[in-house]
Amino acid sequence: MKLSSMTSTAGEWLRGEGPHHQIVISSRVRLARNLRNRPFPGWAKKAERGSILDLIRPRVEDLPEMQDSFSESLQDLSALDRQVLVERHLISREHAAKGAGSAVVVNRRQTLSIMINEEDHLRMQSIRSGLQLKQAFKLVDKIDSALENKLEFAFDPRLGYLTACPTNVGTGMRASAMLHLPGLVLSELINQVIQAVSKIGLAVRGLYGEGTEAMGNLFQISNQTTLGEKEEEIINRLSKVIETIIEKEHDARQVLLQKKPNTLWDQIGRAYGVLTYAHAMASKEALNLLSIIKLGVDLSAFPEDRRLPIDELFIDTQPAHLQKSSQQKLNAEERDQLRAQIIRERLKLFPKPDISKMVRKSGNGSTAEAIE
Amino acid sequence: MQKVNLCDACSKEKGVQDPTGFALADLLLGIGAAEEIEKGASTEKCPVCGFSQADFKKTGRLGCSVCYVTFAEGLNTLLKAMHKGTEHVGKLPERAHRAIELNHRMRALTENLQKAVADENYETAASLRDQIKQLESDVPNSP
Repeated sequence: MKLSSMTSTAGEWLRGEGPHHQIVISSRVRLARNLRNRPFPGWAKKAERGSILDLIRPRVEDLPEMQDSFSESLQDLSALDRQVLVERHLISREHAAKGAGSAVVVNRRQTLSIMINEEDHLRMQSIRSGLQLKQAFKLVDKIDSALENKLEFAFDPRLGYLTACPTNVGTGMRASAMLHLPGLVLSELINQVIQAVSKIGLAVRGLYGEGTEAMGNLFQISNQTTLGEKEEEIINRLSKVIETIIEKEHDARQVLLQKKPNTLWDQIGRAYGVLTYAHAMASKEALNLLSIIKLGVDLSAFPEDRRLPIDELFIDTQPAHLQKSSQQKLNAEERDQLRAQIIRERLKLFPKPDISKMVRKSGNGSTAEAIE
Repeated sequence: MQKVNLCDACSKEKGVQDPTGFALADLLLGIGAAEEIEKGASTEKCPVCGFSQADFKKTGRLGCSVCYVTFAEGLNTLLKAMHKGTEHVGKLPERAHRAIELNHRMRALTENLQKAVADENYETAASLRDQIKQLESDVPNSP
């Protein structure tokens, strides 16, 4: 499959059909594996990396789940195409920086992505919509078991799966969920939540993982430790924490509706106004405003069938996707113009925010009075 | 745990005041890692991949799976500080299942052999020794 035919459709995880999909954008589980007695990719010489790739890649492509997959060497992908894959969370930023000796294989539905010679020989990742960490683990676990029959993985009875970085040793598993938390951000409760979460050994990160900024009120929560706990235990612990955060986010939205309805109304109205009429927009601003519109859909200020176009804009307005759609090289200023133009066009048929619906759904009569 | 003192400007730069950055934990682990591993023999190189502690200090990553054995001493302290436990309790590859099973069989055979020798039952002992030899050739080397 070609990159263009893959990126012409939204990944399955973006279609927002999973449980708690209003708040949990996606669930991801990745497993890190290495071949026994072979140097890790960061330490292997170029020829060695190549031979490791030649050993792993056909076995990955042969998996039944990878029929009609997108499979490409990193060196054969342009910098732009690599960035497109990063924006779709199909490869990591680290992997995008690799060249000869590294590859990526993605299934047609974009629910499974396997990076070869990233930091480890194999990084297998499953992505699902909404809160579906268990299901995501199930798929990637199956893939791991299938590959294990054909490749000998580095495993130590005491330390478990051996990884290039000691932070991943043991299960080699990182489970994470991408959460949309505008309610907690608007009520200035987000820092409390982040602090509480990091105290119990979980990590909170921005949109593109380690060291990235939180934009569009999107936060990634993942397990920090990989040794001394079973995969299922890690996932259960993480799921419970996420369910608590979902509750807190719902509570925060209710409190905003009850106590500060005008603030909410103002935020949604401004976001709608700027997105509908702006002629230049940076990607960070777009994400932040789209986040507020998404919140508006959640609160019924916009009809439910407007959800998908907004979710798609989150991806389509990212720099590389924008560049790709224009088919010519754009500088930052031109990108900002094109971004604003695409958003204006997609919002043309978007109805104005309907405050009355917003109140009717969430309020119990008392909020209606508060808003008037 | 590793304590690091940072001035105002540095802490900002390292993301200490940025709750979303969270590079700090990794950063601290990185620094701790380098120092912990230094406690082992400093000139030692991994026999399989030639990786040294200085390389680990530089990159924060190991050279190959055998490095976990080569630098076990320093790594153990580090892993203890980094993770919930010190032993893997999760998934086992089928191969490891088999290896563990073989280990059990080996132990039983060895015990029987000792008993047979003590009882001067040399015929049984010879047969047990053959079985052990056969088993040894089946056991894959770890890790």
